[in-house]
Amino acid sequence: MATTKVIERKPLTFAEKTFLPQIATGLKTTFGNMLKKPITLQYPEERPVIPDNYRGVPTLVKDPNGREKCVSCQLCEFVCPPKAIRITPGEINAEAEPDRAHVEKAPQEFEINMLRCIYCGFCQEVCPEEAIYLQDVFSLSGYSREEMINKKDKLYELGGTLPDEHFKWDKKKAAELSGNPEH
Amino acid sequence: MSANGTSEMITINLDGREVEVPKGMNAIEAAKLHGKEIPHYCYHPKLSIAGNCRMCLIEMGMPMRDRGTGEPVLDEQGVQKIGWGPKPVIGCATDVSPGMHLRTDSESVKEARNGVTEFLLINHPLDCPICDQAGECRLQEFSADHGRGYSRFIEDKNVKPKRTVLGPRVTLDDERCILCSRCVRFSQEVAKDDVLGFVDRGTYSTLTCYPGKELANNYSLNTVDICPVGALTSTDFRFKMRVWFLKRTNSICTESSVGANTTVWSREGKIYRITPRRNDAVNDTWMTDSGRDLFKPFESDDRLTHYTVDGVHQSPEIAAKAAAELLRAGSVAVVGSAHSTVEEQFILEEIAKKTGASVSMVKHEGEGDGILLSEDRSPNLRGALLNGLISELPKGDLTLLAAQVDSGAVKTLLVVNEDLTQLGLTEAQLGQVKIIYLGAFANAVSQVAQVVLPSLSVFEKSGSFVNQNFRLQKFAAAVPGPRGLIAELGVLAMVEALLGEGNSQAPTIAQVWERIGQTEGVFAGLAWQKIPEEGLKLEAGSLAKLNFVESKNLKLDPAALEAAQALPA
Ligand code: SF4
Ligand code: SF4
Ligand code: SF4
Ligand code: SF4
Ligand code: FES
Repeated sequence: MATTKVIERKPLTFAEKTFLPQIATGLKTTFGNMLKKPITLQYPEERPVIPDNYRGVPTLVKDPNGREKCVSCQLCEFVCPPKAIRITPGEINAEAEPDRAHVEKAPQEFEINMLRCIYCGFCQEVCPEEAIYLQDVFSLSGYSREEMINKKDKLYELGGTLPDEHFKWDKKKAAELSGNPEH
Repeated sequence: MSANGTSEMITINLDGREVEVPKGMNAIEAAKLHGKEIPHYCYHPKLSIAGNCRMCLIEMGMPMRDRGTGEPVLDEQGVQKIGWGPKPVIGCATDVSPGMHLRTDSESVKEARNGVTEFLLINHPLDCPICDQAGECRLQEFSADHGRGYSRFIEDKNVKPKRTVLGPRVTLDDERCILCSRCVRFSQEVAKDDVLGFVDRGTYSTLTCYPGKELANNYSLNTVDICPVGALTSTDFRFKMRVWFLKRTNSICTESSVGANTTVWSREGKIYRITPRRNDAVNDTWMTDSGRDLFKPFESDDRLTHYTVDGVHQSPEIAAKAAAELLRAGSVAVVGSAHSTVEEQFILEEIAKKTGASVSMVKHEGEGDGILLSEDRSPNLRGALLNGLISELPKGDLTLLAAQVDSGAVKTLLVVNEDLTQLGLTEAQLGQVKIIYLGAFANAVSQVAQVVLPSLSVFEKSGSFVNQNFRLQKFAAAVPGPRGLIAELGVLAMVEALLGEGNSQAPTIAQVWERIGQTEGVFAGLAWQKIPEEGLKLEAGSLAKLNFVESKNLKLDPAALEAAQALPA
């Protein structure tokens, strides 16, 4: 058992006993801050500036040509730690959308359960098509559990369009049309 | 096709280690026996060797002998020198011989694999995100293991047809094909329907069907299974679900008495596909296309989903009690089924004994194809014979039973699965008797039955079947059945217990096997846990003399069996 050691408390000086120096220092801080520019925001009227690479609500994005980028490879569904993502894969109907037919696959339904999502960003990291991004939406609320499940439409609405460096599928289409000639 | 070798063991040197392998086995299999993987694409243990993918390159050497004298050539230490081949050889076409030296992970072997992988990938599309094979793709795996990780190819890739419909069930993506010819050899050698071939040359080579032909045989989906890449895809499974989400369960195909071993792939209670599981004694690595669809009827609406007594929904316990009540009245006849498992048939036989019921059964036959679809379209006829449920082969209809109903000798029927109106009984006759119906689907019998006991599909319960070669094979439940249903084995056992003194709790399958193991005959001493995953060959005994309907197929040769029987012991 540890032994208890009693330490003698230093007696207060006369100035300390009056408390006046302490009050003076405290007031200095108070008046100092009164004169500075305030750093609190009047949320929700005022909104913070969201830095790049902020991990907000995960969203689905389209490429500058308005093409749906997700091909429902389901890697994000697999990697998502809390299993927030649920995808129903689907085939692109070649007759209905001939200019997209070469992509072959697109999600029929895409759901992200925001009650489960932990904003880890793994889905964005794993996506081979750069289709899912955690963007700047940070406040999400709803009156029911169902409302907190973002469906495909909502995800595209939140996501909008992001620039694309590759246009992978357009290149593929071009190769198909001109590409290596049949011999 | 000597890949599996003989039973004679020889010693070879595998990566510096002396190991025993069967003589005549090829290097890929021999290395696999000792935990070394030689990557390969075109080699398949059940097909002829083509040697065209070159992925399996290894170094081979033989102990050196003097050409003139045949004397061993020794080095300074007096050890026989090894004459290593100047170039790597392909492991799939290299059969081991005594003293052979193999190197499967030397620098030059690694370089060879790296080179082969690079060539395979130059024209390969970067399709993995939309490719169904991803997750079970040999090319994907071996590229990660043996590839260089980046591309040096700056020219345009070849463009080939993306969605060629080869047949009613198979769609081909030609860009992904690595020209291994497994599918071509399968069609020629196993399906005996030679419809696939390559056209054009070099990197333009393209797999197609011969003009005017299509890949429509009942084994076409096996080409999808053996295709090492995502070129051949199942039109049904295409784009439905990623394979890494699917749970695998060992099952047995119920299409015919062949009893092909299968794997059921399911996710969250929904079955997505059925593929064959290798069993060299039953189905090699194949199965029929029609057998892969057998889960679909069970998703339909006309399934029985409630225990009913006189048309009122009841709990299984109450339904079992009502059934026992009816059976106790006597004058019972049982119509059994060769679709029931060994365990269910055993309990049914016990019920028949306790009630003094006569047991009849009907045959279900179709045309066989001489491969993996036999004439007997029920999975467990031999189980019923071994169980003693029936003692002779079933007939086509139930005219005898109909006469008994007319004469009043039979007043209660316990029917499993069969639609009696198709088998010689009229609806008027059904009206004269009390009926207990056990089956999965609604039919004319279930509509008039006093007690309806819904049953589960083979995918929803565990059990065992005895196949055409008297092989006892077990299967496990892959998905749960409709809500509220318990396996019919439990319900039957409850009924049986109610007929005697026993308590009416549904037993587990292992408990039922404790009882089966105590019977005399082939099941004596067996237990559920003792049935191996690959099945257990049972002694047919005198049953082998019965005139079974099956003709020669992949693993059954009645003529040879007969010849063996005729030999004096
Ligand atoms: S951010 Fe993380 S938790 Fe949220 S959906 Fe993506 S992977 Fe799942
Ligand atoms: S968002 Fe990306 S990772 Fe998720 S399914 Fe679509 S393509 Fe795949
Ligand atoms: S065949 Fe394999 S490597 Fe090729 S796209 Fe499909 S998964 Fe990827
Ligand atoms: S389609 Fe598949 S199995 Fe057939 S040759 Fe091409 S890669 Fe091989
Ligand atoms: S596996 Fe040996 S060459 Fe293809």
